[in-house]
Amino acid sequence: MSDKETAERLQRLWDLAPMFVEGTPHAKFLGIKFVAIDLGRATLSLPYNADHIGNPKTRVVHGGVLTALLDQASGLAAVSSFEQPNPVATLDLRIDYMRAGKPGQTMIAEAHAYKTTRHIAFVRAVAHDGDVNDPVATAQAAFMTTAKGKTRATSPLERTKAVDSLPNTERGAS
Amino acid sequence: MSGHIVTEASVREILDQIPYARALAIEPLLMGDELTLILPYRPDIIGNPMLKALHGGAVGAFLETTALVQTWLMSEPHCLPKPISINLDYLRRGHPKKTFARAQVAKQGARVANVRVRAWQDSYEEPISILHGHFMLARVKD
Repeated sequence: MSDKETAERLQRLWDLAPMFVEGTPHAKFLGIKFVAIDLGRATLSLPYNADHIGNPKTRVVHGGVLTALLDQASGLAAVSSFEQPNPVATLDLRIDYMRAGKPGQTMIAEAHAYKTTRHIAFVRAVAHDGDVNDPVATAQAAFMTTAKGKTRATSPLERTKAVDSLPNTERGAS
Repeated sequence: MSGHIVTEASVREILDQIPYARALAIEPLLMGDELTLILPYRPDIIGNPMLKALHGGAVGAFLETTALVQTWLMSEPHCLPKPISINLDYLRRGHPKKTFARAQVAKQGARVANVRVRAWQDSYEEPISILHGHFMLARVKD
């Protein structure tokens, strides 16, 4: 794929991605916002909302809200890792809750489809409230494209070209 | 099995205390000591409007709430646990209709409970999603 084609695909993703989020009723219901997209990568945010509280005493956001945010971000990263941005279905999702989110803070989810086959995208994601190195939760998920017929993944090489740097969590201690 | 009696009203009370469970309008159904939670269909829990499929996150949140409430129900004294890690398998598409979920505490230790939850719509034998996870039992300090 030429640089021009990659640039065109990226432009298309930037045009489509906000609609993927806004066009998802449950994402809209929660107030999930589109932040950024790249080939195989997506960032979303979710402002703090009293309706999302899971524990009234601590006012900490319900784990299920993080599940929805991480699922949405991971799904978008999966969508952007296929050559055609078709919808995907979640096969499985694992979430580790590292600590309670700080009440009042906006939650940010960064997802990376680190391997995509013809039909399946494998995604890692992290949710944090400001510092990516101090995650609130991390996720690992597999998605399947629901597109009919032949699909193609973006090769990892093309993806690396399009991405300037990896998030700190994946670069390790640096 | 714990000796204390749980009523549907007391489960409803705990659900009412969880703002997010209220936002999803989750309802309890208690038959003897067997608790089933119901997630009513609402257009705002849709994930894919073309397929009219429920959002994986909404289904996941529902399963997690079921695990939390079941662990709450079985803890003595009652306390809402904190999730440590959960695994969600999505087996079938969630259709725009009522979803049910029932949890089983596979093992309850002093600090951690291992919980399995099944969500279904038309038939219990055809789950749409399954959760298994670990939950930290918070000690009540008043």
